[in-house]
Amino acid sequence: MDSETTSKQPKTSNVETTSEMNPDNRSLKLQAKNVDVFYDDFQAIKKISLDIVEKSITAFIGPSGCGKSTFLRLFNRMNDNIDGFHMNGNILIDNKNIYDESIKVEELRKKVGMVFQKPNPFPKSIYENVAYGLRIQGVKDEEFIENRVIESLKQATLYSEIENNLEKQALSLSGGQQQRLCIARALAVKPSVLLMDEPTSALDPISSGKIEDLIHELKKEFTIVIVTHNMQQAARVSDNTAFLYMGNLIEYGDTQKIFTNPEKDRTQNYITGRFG
Amino acid sequence: MAPQHLDSELKLLKDNVLELMFLVKNQLEKGQQALHEFDEELAHEIMANEKRVDSLELTIDRDCENLLALHNPVAVDLRFVMASFKINSDLERIGDHANSIAKYIVDFGRKIDDENMKTMRLDEMYDTANKMVSNIFNAFITEDTGLARRVFRLDETLNQINREVSASTAQLIEKDVSQTQNYLYLFSIVRKLERVGDLSKNIAEELIFYIEAKVLKHKKMKSKNNNGNGEENNS
Repeated sequence: MDSETTSKQPKTSNVETTSEMNPDNRSLKLQAKNVDVFYDDFQAIKKISLDIVEKSITAFIGPSGCGKSTFLRLFNRMNDNIDGFHMNGNILIDNKNIYDESIKVEELRKKVGMVFQKPNPFPKSIYENVAYGLRIQGVKDEEFIENRVIESLKQATLYSEIENNLEKQALSLSGGQQQRLCIARALAVKPSVLLMDEPTSALDPISSGKIEDLIHELKKEFTIVIVTHNMQQAARVSDNTAFLYMGNLIEYGDTQKIFTNPEKDRTQNYITGRFG
Repeated sequence: MAPQHLDSELKLLKDNVLELMFLVKNQLEKGQQALHEFDEELAHEIMANEKRVDSLELTIDRDCENLLALHNPVAVDLRFVMASFKINSDLERIGDHANSIAKYIVDFGRKIDDENMKTMRLDEMYDTANKMVSNIFNAFITEDTGLARRVFRLDETLNQINREVSASTAQLIEKDVSQTQNYLYLFSIVRKLERVGDLSKNIAEELIFYIEAKVLKHKKMKSKNNNGNGEENNS
Protein backbone atom coordinates (compact mmCIF):
# COMPACT_ATOMS: atom_id res chain seq x y z
CA MET A 1 0.00 0.00 0.00
CA ASP A 2 1.17 3.49 -0.73
CA SER A 3 1.56 5.79 2.18
CA GLU A 4 -1.91 6.81 3.27
CA THR A 5 -1.02 10.23 4.47
CA THR A 6 -3.87 12.23 5.80
CA SER A 7 -2.70 15.23 7.72
CA LYS A 8 -2.33 18.67 6.30
CA GLN A 9 0.47 19.68 8.58
CA PRO A 10 3.13 18.50 8.34
CA LYS A 11 2.65 17.61 4.75
CA THR A 12 3.64 14.45 3.03
CA SER A 13 4.15 14.82 -0.59
CA ASN A 14 5.39 12.94 -3.59
CA VAL A 15 5.97 16.15 -5.48
CA GLU A 16 9.52 17.28 -6.00
CA THR A 17 9.97 20.75 -4.56
CA THR A 18 12.78 22.99 -3.50
CA SER A 19 13.12 25.56 -0.73
CA GLU A 20 9.91 24.33 0.74
CA MET A 21 8.38 26.07 3.69
CA ASN A 22 5.89 24.82 6.18
CA PRO A 23 2.69 26.84 6.58
CA ASP A 24 4.04 28.36 9.81
CA ASN A 25 7.13 29.53 7.88
CA ARG A 26 9.52 26.97 9.28
CA SER A 27 11.72 25.38 6.67
CA LEU A 28 11.51 21.73 5.80
CA LYS A 29 14.52 20.11 7.41
CA LEU A 30 14.13 16.46 6.49
CA GLN A 31 12.36 15.01 3.52
CA ALA A 32 11.79 11.47 2.35
CA LYS A 33 10.61 11.15 -1.21
CA ASN A 34 9.16 7.88 -2.48
CA VAL A 35 11.59 5.86 -0.42
CA ASP A 36 11.82 2.10 -0.75
CA VAL A 37 14.31 0.16 1.33
CA PHE A 38 15.30 -3.43 0.75
CA TYR A 39 17.43 -5.90 2.64
CA ASP A 40 18.16 -8.27 -0.22
CA ASP A 41 14.67 -9.29 -1.39
CA PHE A 42 12.87 -8.15 1.73
CA GLN A 43 11.26 -4.74 1.36
CA ALA A 44 11.44 -2.96 4.72
CA ILE A 45 10.14 0.45 3.60
CA LYS A 46 7.52 0.92 0.91
CA LYS A 47 7.25 4.17 -1.03
CA ILE A 48 7.31 6.47 1.96
CA SER A 49 7.20 10.21 1.44
CA LEU A 50 7.29 12.45 4.48
CA ASP A 51 8.40 15.98 5.37
CA ILE A 52 9.72 17.13 8.74
CA VAL A 53 9.99 20.82 9.58
CA GLU A 54 12.96 22.27 11.41
CA LYS A 55 12.98 22.55 15.21
CA SER A 56 10.21 20.07 15.67
CA ILE A 57 9.95 16.68 17.36
CA THR A 58 8.63 13.84 15.26
CA ALA A 59 7.87 10.42 16.70
CA PHE A 60 7.91 7.24 14.65
CA ILE A 61 5.64 4.61 16.14
CA GLY A 62 4.61 1.14 15.05
CA PRO A 63 4.94 -2.51 15.99
CA SER A 64 8.29 -4.27 16.00
CA GLY A 65 9.53 -4.89 12.49
CA CYS A 66 7.38 -2.16 10.94
CA GLY A 67 10.46 -0.38 9.59
CA LYS A 68 10.60 2.64 11.89
CA SER A 69 14.23 2.16 12.97
CA THR A 70 15.26 1.41 9.39
CA PHE A 71 13.51 4.57 8.31
CA LEU A 72 15.16 6.61 11.10
CA ARG A 73 18.62 5.32 10.21
CA LEU A 74 18.18 6.47 6.61
CA PHE A 75 18.65 10.05 7.80
CA ASN A 76 22.27 9.52 8.79
CA ARG A 77 23.02 6.62 6.44
CA MET A 78 23.39 4.11 9.24
CA ASN A 79 21.92 1.40 7.04
CA ASP A 80 24.65 1.70 4.40
CA ASN A 81 26.87 -1.01 5.84
CA ILE A 82 24.11 -3.54 6.44
CA ASP A 83 24.40 -6.54 4.11
CA GLY A 84 21.88 -6.49 1.30
CA PHE A 85 20.75 -2.91 1.95
CA HIS A 86 19.62 -0.96 -1.08
CA MET A 87 17.07 1.76 -1.59
CA ASN A 88 15.11 3.81 -4.08
CA GLY A 89 13.95 7.38 -3.71
CA ASN A 90 15.58 10.34 -2.04
CA ILE A 91 16.34 11.48 1.48
CA LEU A 92 16.89 15.23 1.66
CA ILE A 93 18.34 17.27 4.48
CA ASP A 94 18.17 21.01 3.94
CA ASN A 95 17.07 20.20 0.39
CA LYS A 96 20.22 18.19 -0.37
CA ASN A 97 20.06 14.52 -1.26
CA ILE A 98 22.21 12.86 1.39
CA TYR A 99 22.63 9.73 -0.75
CA ASP A 100 24.26 11.75 -3.51
CA GLU A 101 27.74 10.51 -4.38
CA SER A 102 29.23 13.89 -3.48
CA ILE A 103 28.07 13.61 0.14
CA LYS A 104 30.68 12.48 2.66
CA VAL A 105 29.11 10.33 5.36
CA GLU A 106 31.45 11.74 8.03
CA GLU A 107 30.31 15.26 7.20
CA LEU A 108 26.69 14.16 7.20
CA ARG A 109 27.01 12.67 10.66
CA LYS A 110 28.40 15.92 12.05
CA LYS A 111 25.09 17.39 11.07
CA VAL A 112 22.94 14.46 12.13
CA GLY A 113 23.62 13.10 15.61
CA MET A 114 22.23 9.85 16.88
CA VAL A 115 21.32 8.46 20.28
CA PHE A 116 20.66 4.77 20.71
CA GLN A 117 18.47 2.58 22.86
CA LYS A 118 21.19 1.62 25.30
CA PRO A 119 23.58 4.29 26.54
CA ASN A 120 26.93 3.54 24.92
CA PRO A 121 29.58 5.78 26.44
CA PHE A 122 33.20 5.01 25.60
CA PRO A 123 35.32 3.58 28.43
CA LYS A 124 36.88 6.98 28.94
CA SER A 125 36.32 9.93 31.25
CA ILE A 126 33.16 11.99 31.05
CA TYR A 127 35.19 14.83 29.58
CA GLU A 128 36.83 12.69 26.90
CA ASN A 129 33.51 11.15 25.88
CA VAL A 130 32.11 14.57 25.04
CA ALA A 131 35.38 15.79 23.52
CA TYR A 132 35.67 12.69 21.33
CA GLY A 133 33.77 14.00 18.31
CA LEU A 134 35.79 17.19 18.23
CA ARG A 135 39.10 15.34 18.58
CA ILE A 136 38.37 13.01 15.65
CA GLN A 137 37.48 16.10 13.65
CA GLY A 138 41.04 17.27 14.33
CA VAL A 139 40.26 20.10 16.73
CA LYS A 140 43.38 20.83 18.76
CA ASP A 141 42.40 23.98 20.67
CA GLU A 142 41.94 22.66 24.23
CA GLU A 143 40.22 25.80 25.46
CA PHE A 144 37.72 25.52 22.62
CA ILE A 145 37.19 21.84 23.40
CA GLU A 146 36.72 22.51 27.10
CA ASN A 147 34.19 25.23 26.46
CA ARG A 148 32.29 23.00 24.03
CA VAL A 149 32.33 20.06 26.48
CA ILE A 150 30.88 22.20 29.26
CA GLU A 151 28.34 23.79 26.93
CA SER A 152 27.20 20.38 25.69
CA LEU A 153 26.98 18.91 29.17
CA LYS A 154 24.87 21.89 30.22
CA GLN A 155 22.64 21.49 27.19
CA ALA A 156 22.18 17.86 28.10
CA THR A 157 21.26 18.94 31.66
CA LEU A 158 24.04 16.80 33.10
CA TYR A 159 26.65 19.37 34.01
CA SER A 160 25.26 20.34 37.44
CA GLU A 161 25.41 16.70 38.52
CA ILE A 162 29.02 16.00 37.50
CA GLU A 163 30.76 19.39 37.24
CA ASN A 164 33.45 18.48 39.78
CA ASN A 165 33.96 14.99 38.37
CA LEU A 166 34.61 15.49 34.69
CA GLU A 167 37.55 13.09 34.86
CA LYS A 168 35.41 10.37 36.37
CA GLN A 169 34.87 7.21 34.31
CA ALA A 170 31.77 7.62 32.16
CA LEU A 171 30.82 4.00 32.80
CA SER A 172 30.47 4.76 36.52
CA LEU A 173 27.50 7.07 35.85
CA SER A 174 23.93 5.86 36.26
CA GLY A 175 22.04 4.66 33.17
CA GLY A 176 20.09 7.90 32.89
CA GLN A 177 23.25 9.99 33.30
CA GLN A 178 25.05 7.85 30.70
CA GLN A 179 22.23 8.45 28.23
CA ARG A 180 22.40 12.21 28.82
CA LEU A 181 26.18 11.97 28.40
CA CYS A 182 25.62 10.29 25.02
CA ILE A 183 23.28 13.13 24.10
CA ALA A 184 25.97 15.66 25.19
CA ARG A 185 28.49 13.75 23.05
CA ALA A 186 26.16 14.03 20.07
CA LEU A 187 25.57 17.74 20.72
CA ALA A 188 29.29 18.58 21.01
CA VAL A 189 29.81 18.50 17.24
CA LYS A 190 26.92 20.95 16.77
CA PRO A 191 24.50 18.89 14.73
CA SER A 192 21.21 20.36 13.58
CA VAL A 193 19.34 17.05 13.61
CA LEU A 194 19.14 14.50 16.43
CA LEU A 195 17.92 10.98 15.75
CA MET A 196 16.88 9.00 18.80
CA ASP A 197 16.18 5.29 18.62
CA GLU A 198 14.17 4.36 21.72
CA PRO A 199 16.37 6.58 23.91
CA THR A 200 14.60 5.81 27.18
CA SER A 201 13.61 2.17 26.83
CA ALA A 202 16.46 1.06 29.10
CA LEU A 203 15.84 3.76 31.71
CA ASP A 204 13.72 4.06 34.85
CA PRO A 205 10.77 6.51 34.87
CA ILE A 206 12.70 9.32 36.60
CA SER A 207 15.61 9.12 34.15
CA SER A 208 13.13 8.82 31.26
CA GLY A 209 11.37 11.92 32.50
CA LYS A 210 14.67 13.85 32.53
CA ILE A 211 15.43 12.76 28.96
CA GLU A 212 11.93 13.77 27.87
CA ASP A 213 12.36 17.20 29.48
CA LEU A 214 15.72 17.47 27.74
CA ILE A 215 14.22 16.54 24.36
CA HIS A 216 11.65 19.25 24.85
CA GLU A 217 14.39 21.81 25.58
CA LEU A 218 16.57 20.68 22.67
CA LYS A 219 13.71 21.26 20.25
CA LYS A 220 14.49 24.99 20.44
CA GLU A 221 17.71 24.37 18.51
CA PHE A 222 17.46 20.96 16.90
CA THR A 223 15.18 18.96 14.68
CA ILE A 224 14.50 15.76 16.57
CA VAL A 225 13.19 12.44 15.32
CA ILE A 226 12.48 9.79 17.91
CA VAL A 227 11.55 6.14 17.53
CA THR A 228 9.60 4.88 20.51
CA HIS A 229 7.49 1.93 21.54
CA ASN A 230 6.08 3.96 24.37
CA MET A 231 2.82 5.45 23.12
CA GLN A 232 2.54 7.83 26.05
CA GLN A 233 6.06 9.06 25.42
CA ALA A 234 5.26 9.74 21.77
CA ALA A 235 2.13 11.58 22.87
CA ARG A 236 4.00 13.60 25.52
CA VAL A 237 7.10 14.69 23.65
CA SER A 238 6.35 14.93 19.96
CA ASP A 239 4.75 17.57 17.77
CA ASN A 240 4.03 15.13 14.96
CA THR A 241 3.66 11.40 14.86
CA ALA A 242 4.14 8.95 12.02
CA PHE A 243 2.58 5.51 12.33
CA LEU A 244 4.31 2.82 10.28
CA TYR A 245 3.06 -0.69 9.67
CA MET A 246 4.78 -3.36 7.59
CA GLY A 247 6.96 -0.78 5.87
CA ASN A 248 4.04 1.51 5.00
CA LEU A 249 3.39 4.95 6.37
CA ILE A 250 -0.20 4.58 7.53
CA GLU A 251 -0.77 7.99 9.06
CA TYR A 252 1.33 11.06 9.71
CA GLY A 253 0.20 14.22 11.38
CA ASP A 254 -0.27 16.34 14.45
CA THR A 255 0.38 14.23 17.55
CA GLN A 256 -2.62 15.62 19.40
CA LYS A 257 -4.87 14.62 16.51
CA ILE A 258 -3.30 11.17 16.16
CA PHE A 259 -3.81 10.40 19.85
CA THR A 260 -7.30 11.85 20.19
CA ASN A 261 -8.96 11.24 16.86
CA PRO A 262 -6.81 9.46 14.27
CA GLU A 263 -8.01 9.32 10.70
CA LYS A 264 -7.21 5.69 10.05
CA ASP A 265 -8.79 2.74 11.81
CA ARG A 266 -5.45 0.96 11.75
CA THR A 267 -3.82 3.81 13.65
CA GLN A 268 -6.62 3.81 16.19
CA ASN A 269 -6.36 0.06 16.62
CA TYR A 270 -2.62 0.31 17.18
CA ILE A 271 -2.56 3.19 19.64
CA THR A 272 -5.47 1.74 21.62
CA GLY A 273 -3.71 -1.63 21.76
CA ARG A 274 -6.23 -3.45 19.56
CA PHE A 275 -3.82 -4.15 16.78
CA GLY A 276 -3.96 -7.56 15.26
CA MET B 1 -4.37 -8.77 19.91
CA ALA B 2 -6.90 -6.63 21.64
CA PRO B 3 -5.99 -5.86 25.23
CA GLN B 4 -8.70 -7.92 26.84
CA HIS B 5 -8.19 -6.33 30.23
CA LEU B 6 -8.77 -2.82 28.88
CA ASP B 7 -11.77 -3.98 26.87
CA SER B 8 -13.29 -5.66 29.89
CA GLU B 9 -12.74 -2.51 31.98
CA LEU B 10 -14.36 -0.37 29.29
CA LYS B 11 -17.28 -2.78 29.07
CA LEU B 12 -17.72 -2.65 32.83
CA LEU B 13 -17.74 1.15 32.68
CA LYS B 14 -20.33 1.11 29.90
CA ASP B 15 -22.51 -1.36 31.81
CA ASN B 16 -22.37 0.78 34.93
CA VAL B 17 -23.24 3.97 33.03
CA LEU B 18 -26.14 2.13 31.36
CA GLU B 19 -27.34 0.89 34.72
CA LEU B 20 -27.27 4.44 36.11
CA MET B 21 -29.05 5.76 33.01
CA PHE B 22 -31.74 3.11 33.37
CA LEU B 23 -32.14 3.81 37.07
CA VAL B 24 -32.41 7.57 36.55
CA LYS B 25 -34.85 7.09 33.67
CA ASN B 26 -37.06 4.98 35.96
CA GLN B 27 -36.78 7.52 38.76
CA LEU B 28 -38.07 10.21 36.45
CA GLU B 29 -40.92 8.08 35.06
CA LYS B 30 -41.97 6.99 38.54
CA GLY B 31 -42.06 10.66 39.55
CA GLN B 32 -44.62 11.40 36.86
CA GLN B 33 -46.72 8.45 38.01
CA ALA B 34 -46.44 9.42 41.68
CA LEU B 35 -47.43 12.99 40.86
CA HIS B 36 -50.46 11.91 38.81
CA GLU B 37 -51.82 9.46 41.33
CA PHE B 38 -50.42 11.09 44.46
CA ASP B 39 -48.70 7.81 45.22
CA GLU B 40 -46.73 8.51 48.38
CA GLU B 41 -45.32 5.00 48.47
CA LEU B 42 -43.84 5.48 45.03
CA ALA B 43 -42.46 8.89 46.01
CA HIS B 44 -40.73 7.28 49.00
CA GLU B 45 -39.38 4.55 46.73
CA ILE B 46 -37.81 7.26 44.53
CA MET B 47 -36.21 8.85 47.60
CA ALA B 48 -34.86 5.48 48.72
CA ASN B 49 -33.44 4.79 45.27
CA GLU B 50 -31.48 8.02 45.41
CA LYS B 51 -28.91 6.15 47.49
CA ARG B 52 -28.44 3.68 44.61
CA VAL B 53 -27.95 6.60 42.23
CA ASP B 54 -25.27 8.10 44.49
CA SER B 55 -23.58 4.76 44.96
CA LEU B 56 -23.45 4.08 41.22
CA GLU B 57 -22.07 7.56 40.62
CA LEU B 58 -19.17 6.81 42.98
CA THR B 59 -18.59 3.44 41.30
CA ILE B 60 -18.41 5.06 37.86
CA ASP B 61 -16.07 7.79 39.16
CA ARG B 62 -13.78 5.06 40.44
CA ASP B 63 -14.02 3.11 37.16
CA CYS B 64 -12.97 6.22 35.22
CA GLU B 65 -10.14 7.01 37.63
CA ASN B 66 -8.81 3.46 37.37
CA LEU B 67 -9.03 3.42 33.59
CA LEU B 68 -7.15 6.70 33.30
CA ALA B 69 -4.49 5.80 35.86
CA LEU B 70 -3.91 2.19 34.89
CA HIS B 71 -4.64 1.99 31.18
CA ASN B 72 -3.79 5.44 29.79
CA PRO B 73 -6.55 5.25 27.18
CA VAL B 74 -6.18 7.23 23.97
CA ALA B 75 -8.35 8.19 21.00
CA VAL B 76 -11.84 6.66 21.08
CA ASP B 77 -11.17 4.96 24.43
CA LEU B 78 -10.10 8.25 26.00
CA ARG B 79 -13.15 10.03 24.59
CA PHE B 80 -15.36 7.28 25.99
CA VAL B 81 -13.88 7.58 29.47
CA MET B 82 -14.06 11.38 29.42
CA ALA B 83 -17.65 11.32 28.17
CA SER B 84 -18.64 8.69 30.73
CA PHE B 85 -17.13 10.77 33.52
CA LYS B 86 -19.22 13.80 32.57
CA ILE B 87 -22.36 11.80 31.74
CA ASN B 88 -22.06 10.22 35.18
CA SER B 89 -22.17 13.60 36.86
CA ASP B 90 -25.11 14.76 34.71
CA LEU B 91 -27.06 11.57 35.42
CA GLU B 92 -26.52 11.94 39.14
CA ARG B 93 -27.91 15.45 38.97
CA ILE B 94 -30.95 14.24 37.02
CA GLY B 95 -31.38 11.71 39.82
CA ASP B 96 -31.19 14.57 42.34
CA HIS B 97 -33.98 16.39 40.51
CA ALA B 98 -36.14 13.25 40.45
CA ASN B 99 -35.53 12.92 44.18
CA SER B 100 -36.42 16.59 44.82
CA ILE B 101 -39.67 16.20 42.86
CA ALA B 102 -40.53 13.13 44.96
CA LYS B 103 -40.00 15.25 48.10
CA TYR B 104 -42.27 17.99 46.70
CA ILE B 105 -44.97 15.37 46.10
CA VAL B 106 -44.77 14.17 49.68
CA ASP B 107 -44.64 17.74 51.04
CA PHE B 108 -47.61 18.77 48.88
CA GLY B 109 -49.59 16.10 50.71
CA ARG B 110 -52.51 15.61 48.32
CA LYS B 111 -53.39 14.90 44.74
CA ILE B 112 -52.89 17.81 42.40
CA ASP B 113 -56.14 18.54 40.67
CA ASP B 114 -56.27 17.87 36.96
CA GLU B 115 -56.97 21.48 36.10
CA ASN B 116 -53.76 22.65 37.77
CA MET B 117 -51.76 19.82 36.19
CA LYS B 118 -53.01 21.00 32.82
CA THR B 119 -52.46 24.71 33.48
CA MET B 120 -48.93 24.08 34.69
CA ARG B 121 -48.37 21.73 31.69
CA LEU B 122 -46.71 19.20 33.94
CA ASP B 123 -47.49 16.23 31.70
CA GLU B 124 -46.07 18.00 28.67
CA MET B 125 -42.90 18.74 30.62
CA TYR B 126 -42.65 15.22 31.93
CA ASP B 127 -43.38 13.58 28.56
CA THR B 128 -40.72 15.69 26.85
CA ALA B 129 -38.11 15.15 29.58
CA ASN B 130 -38.80 11.40 29.62
CA LYS B 131 -38.42 11.27 25.86
CA MET B 132 -35.07 13.07 26.10
CA VAL B 133 -33.77 10.62 28.68
CA SER B 134 -35.07 7.68 26.61
CA ASN B 135 -33.31 9.06 23.56
CA ILE B 136 -29.95 9.37 25.29
CA PHE B 137 -30.40 5.90 26.80
CA ASN B 138 -31.03 4.35 23.38
CA ALA B 139 -28.37 6.51 21.73
CA PHE B 140 -25.82 5.30 24.28
CA ILE B 141 -26.70 1.65 23.61
CA THR B 142 -26.79 1.92 19.83
CA GLU B 143 -24.17 4.70 19.47
CA ASP B 144 -26.69 6.52 17.28
CA THR B 145 -25.76 10.19 17.23
CA GLY B 146 -28.86 10.99 15.15
CA LEU B 147 -30.95 9.95 18.13
CA ALA B 148 -28.74 11.98 20.45
CA ARG B 149 -29.18 15.05 18.25
CA ARG B 150 -32.97 14.85 18.54
CA VAL B 151 -32.53 15.77 22.18
CA PHE B 152 -31.55 19.33 21.24
CA ARG B 153 -34.92 20.09 19.67
CA LEU B 154 -36.74 18.55 22.63
CA ASP B 155 -34.74 20.77 24.99
CA GLU B 156 -35.95 23.79 23.08
CA THR B 157 -39.51 22.56 23.62
CA LEU B 158 -38.89 22.25 27.35
CA ASN B 159 -37.37 25.71 27.54
CA GLN B 160 -40.35 27.18 25.67
CA ILE B 161 -42.88 25.51 27.99
CA ASN B 162 -40.89 26.67 31.00
CA ARG B 163 -41.00 30.27 29.80
CA GLU B 164 -44.73 30.12 29.12
CA VAL B 165 -45.56 28.43 32.43
CA SER B 166 -43.51 31.03 34.25
CA ALA B 167 -45.78 33.75 32.86
CA SER B 168 -48.98 31.83 33.51
CA THR B 169 -47.92 30.99 37.09
CA ALA B 170 -47.62 34.70 37.83
CA GLN B 171 -51.12 35.26 36.47
CA LEU B 172 -52.57 32.36 38.49
CA ILE B 173 -51.03 33.72 41.69
CA GLU B 174 -52.41 37.18 40.96
CA LYS B 175 -55.88 35.67 40.55
CA ASP B 176 -55.81 33.66 43.78
CA VAL B 177 -53.11 34.68 46.22
CA SER B 178 -54.22 32.03 48.75
CA GLN B 179 -52.92 29.35 46.35
CA THR B 180 -49.46 30.92 46.05
CA GLN B 181 -47.71 28.15 47.96
CA ASN B 182 -49.31 25.43 45.81
CA TYR B 183 -48.46 27.14 42.54
CA LEU B 184 -44.89 27.65 43.68
CA TYR B 185 -44.62 23.93 44.46
CA LEU B 186 -45.87 23.10 40.98
CA PHE B 187 -43.65 25.65 39.33
CA SER B 188 -40.68 24.23 41.19
CA ILE B 189 -41.41 20.89 39.56
CA VAL B 190 -41.53 22.58 36.16
CA ARG B 191 -38.15 24.16 36.84
CA LYS B 192 -36.66 20.83 37.92
CA LEU B 193 -37.83 19.24 34.68
CA GLU B 194 -36.38 22.10 32.69
CA ARG B 195 -33.01 21.39 34.35
CA VAL B 196 -33.41 17.70 33.50
CA GLY B 197 -33.67 18.85 29.88
CA ASP B 198 -30.45 20.87 30.13
CA LEU B 199 -28.60 17.93 31.66
CA SER B 200 -29.96 15.55 29.01
CA LYS B 201 -28.72 17.92 26.35
CA ASN B 202 -25.27 17.91 27.97
CA ILE B 203 -25.29 14.11 27.88
CA ALA B 204 -26.25 14.15 24.19
CA GLU B 205 -23.29 16.45 23.52
CA GLU B 206 -20.96 14.10 25.37
CA LEU B 207 -22.26 11.14 23.36
CA ILE B 208 -21.54 12.99 20.12
CA PHE B 209 -18.07 13.89 21.40
CA TYR B 210 -17.38 10.26 22.20
CA ILE B 211 -18.74 8.79 18.97
CA GLU B 212 -17.88 11.49 16.41
CA ALA B 213 -15.06 13.37 18.18
CA LYS B 214 -17.01 16.60 17.68
CA VAL B 215 -17.26 19.20 20.40
CA LEU B 216 -20.70 20.85 20.46
CA LYS B 217 -20.46 22.37 23.92
CA HIS B 218 -20.76 26.16 23.99
CA LYS B 219 -21.42 26.23 20.27
CA LYS B 220 -24.48 27.39 18.48
CA MET B 221 -25.08 24.47 16.20
CA LYS B 222 -27.54 24.31 13.36
CA SER B 223 -27.85 21.39 11.07
CA LYS B 224 -30.40 19.41 9.18
CA ASN B 225 -31.21 15.90 10.16
CA ASN B 226 -32.04 13.18 7.66
CA ASN B 227 -35.69 14.17 7.56
CA GLY B 228 -34.78 17.67 6.63
CA ASN B 229 -35.95 19.06 9.95
CA GLY B 230 -33.99 21.97 11.36
CA GLU B 231 -31.89 21.05 14.36
CA GLU B 232 -30.31 23.44 16.75
CA ASN B 233 -28.19 23.34 19.82
CA ASN B 234 -27.98 26.63 21.65
CA SER B 235 -25.58 26.22 24.49
